Amino acid sequence: MMEPKIGVYICHCGSNIAGVVDCAKVTEYARGLPKVAVARDYKYMCSDPGQNLIKEDIKNLGLNRVVVASCSPRMHEPTFRRVCQEAGLNQYLFEMANVREQCSWVHTDKAMATEKAKALVSAAVRRVYYQEPLETKEAAVNPATLVIGGGVAGIQAALEIADAGHKVYLLEKDASIGGHMAMFDKTFPTLDCAACILTPKMTSVGQNKNIELMAYSELVELSGYIGNFKAKIRKKARYIDTVKCTGCGRCSELCPTSVPNEFDCGLGNRKAIYIPSPYAVPNKAIIDAKNCRHIKGLAEGKDVCRLCEKGIEKKGQPGCEAGAIDFSQKDEIKEIEIGNIIVATGFQQFNPTTIYQLGYGRLNNVLTGLEFERLTNASGPTGGKVTLKDGSEPKSIAILHCIGSRDTNYHKYCSRVCCMYSLKFAHLLREKLPEAAVYQLYIDMRCAGSGYEEFYERLQEEGVNFIRGKGGEVTDIAEKPEEKGKLVVMVEDTLVRRKRRLAVDMVILSCALEPRADTEQLARILTLSRKADGFLLEKHPKLDPVATTTDGIYIAGCCQSPKDIPDTVAQASAAAARVLALISKGKVEIEGAIAFIDEERCSGCKICIDLCPYKAIGYDEVKKVSRVNEALCKGCGTCVAACPAGAIKGRHFTSEEIMAEIEGALA
Amino acid sequence: MSFEPKIVGILCNWCSYTGADLAGTSRKKYAPNVRVVRVMCSGRVEPTFILKAFQQGADGVLICGCHPGDCHYQDGNKKTARRIPLLKKMLAQFGIEDERVRLEWVSASEGDRFAAIVDEMTEQVRKLGPFSGNGEQPVGKG
Repeated sequence: MMEPKIGVYICHCGSNIAGVVDCAKVTEYARGLPKVAVARDYKYMCSDPGQNLIKEDIKNLGLNRVVVASCSPRMHEPTFRRVCQEAGLNQYLFEMANVREQCSWVHTDKAMATEKAKALVSAAVRRVYYQEPLETKEAAVNPATLVIGGGVAGIQAALEIADAGHKVYLLEKDASIGGHMAMFDKTFPTLDCAACILTPKMTSVGQNKNIELMAYSELVELSGYIGNFKAKIRKKARYIDTVKCTGCGRCSELCPTSVPNEFDCGLGNRKAIYIPSPYAVPNKAIIDAKNCRHIKGLAEGKDVCRLCEKGIEKKGQPGCEAGAIDFSQKDEIKEIEIGNIIVATGFQQFNPTTIYQLGYGRLNNVLTGLEFERLTNASGPTGGKVTLKDGSEPKSIAILHCIGSRDTNYHKYCSRVCCMYSLKFAHLLREKLPEAAVYQLYIDMRCAGSGYEEFYERLQEEGVNFIRGKGGEVTDIAEKPEEKGKLVVMVEDTLVRRKRRLAVDMVILSCALEPRADTEQLARILTLSRKADGFLLEKHPKLDPVATTTDGIYIAGCCQSPKDIPDTVAQASAAAARVLALISKGKVEIEGAIAFIDEERCSGCKICIDLCPYKAIGYDEVKKVSRVNEALCKGCGTCVAACPAGAIKGRHFTSEEIMAEIEGALA
Repeated sequence: MSFEPKIVGILCNWCSYTGADLAGTSRKKYAPNVRVVRVMCSGRVEPTFILKAFQQGADGVLICGCHPGDCHYQDGNKKTARRIPLLKKMLAQFGIEDERVRLEWVSASEGDRFAAIVDEMTEQVRKLGPFSGNGEQPVGKG
């Protein structure tokens, strides 16, 4: 090993670090540390002049180790590694001391913060002493992409990648793509018909030769790394041969079983064999095994019904002529290989039954936002007629904002879209029922977006009543004769400072968007992190809102946080662009920080083999030693910590390096 | 001057180190007594690291990893969850107080929790007083 010659650079980060840490003192201290040839402080180390400072020193002073004390390595380690490389120094001979996120930003006592900064620099200097140059390897990028979720985000991302000529697997848990957007009636603020703008895209997905649509399927396992993932996908049994099914819908007409239709939020019914929606893609039938009489009968050893298959002979109605019904279908596991993954799994609507006083589920004509979307939708259960349960038209409607959002009892965050969709509901109601009174009960109106404030103003002119106050309770107990048979909404009108009782016929709860219940499970399969509110965590909230902590996995849409359709589509396109960039680059660098087994010291005990979560360690039967498969090792170091012979070296995290760092931190 | 404990924090890169960074970005204030060493996974933590820290004058060691089930490397943290209690049994025989070694799960979104853990542990170790290698409590505290 060449005698280490270390350069130490202390960043002020403007006043971010220098405001709390005495950078001059830390620099002076660093100069006195063993093997340190030069120590400097500078206002912004990450700036061009800052970077050049390091490069010049490497060249002129012959530095062979570099330490930068600045922000978190999660922020600028790649920057400074590149700087070293550009100056001809191996990137693994660089180390960072985090004196911003973990020092100046979290401490107020300047003397103590400066002492801690010194300790962190000393730790990095001692560690870098032992660091070794490592080689990174390159691997080819598989140009196929997996998009998880077939809502508007997934559709957008899939189409962009497929249109660029690359293979996309589009995974959708439901029987049809379309997601929530397919359930909507109009979209704010332009009042475009949601189906009119979405269905052409859905159809394109179905027709695009580069897209393999895997509907009614879910991800069960993922292995590999950026550029080279392997995914296991469960294709759930649909009991329909989708190649044969023509989507004619005859089977549904024959089916005697009627159950609530999920697509209509249970407001209407569907059959046990059905086509998921009028614009389903794929436009194929599916059998709901929980409700199908024949499938339930099979479990009891009986052969019943099968009307969809056989038809009703007496009435001269034939069954499925395509012969597409297949009761013997089982779930299938399919393995695919992909280079990148886009997660676009969306959201679920907050369930307002948990807020008992709002009466949802107890009182008639209290609807969620999504239910109202279906009610007012021309393809919905009433053909777009807004009616009460008894079929009559409502004369007054109250729309309650922030149900489950901006509420410390449920979700602290603002769901961002509810103000706007509530306004849209009000507009649709004014249009369809010009005689009806429409009330908006809001905390604040949040209408940020192109054309959004203008839409709010328009609604004020359309004669909608805006009451500033949160609807606190909905009851059917009348206190006055005019409240009889009505729903009474209790609200404190904060503009006139008075409590009001609002008697209406219909209440719409503008419910929060929340993380899907299966987000946790998905995050585990993909090794993604989640935020405190349960949504998926992006790599950086400002500078990298599309990537995740796992390289090669991107996020788009409401799985990251509530957003409207334009933002969702923009993020989906951004995710697609990131994937396309990697595909066109064609190769990825594989981290050199992986495990290595010293065959001389390995006793062949095989403890490491069972510990490795990636099956990256194999056993050489001839030499009787374990050996690491470098393509599979991810460098977690679990085997290193467990090897009783100390034969495994965790490159870039060797025991020597870590021990030296601990020593330095305590010096 | 009151006794300021020196605590070594060994944090996994994916959850806990990110969580500690989040405490920074959200400007959460906490005690300056923990010096963080980053490892890729808490499963990399060798018991000897902890012994080394005490030998070098640490008054406490804090190990943080991802919550069970959230490990970036599937289940490295489970190995830590088994190793640390074993080590603690041994440390107890050396007369090293239980509170001096702490294993916690801190996710990438738990900046507040990381700060709270550091504050709490710093106070606990402060009460115990400086660590002495021979297993005896030094006279006086700091």
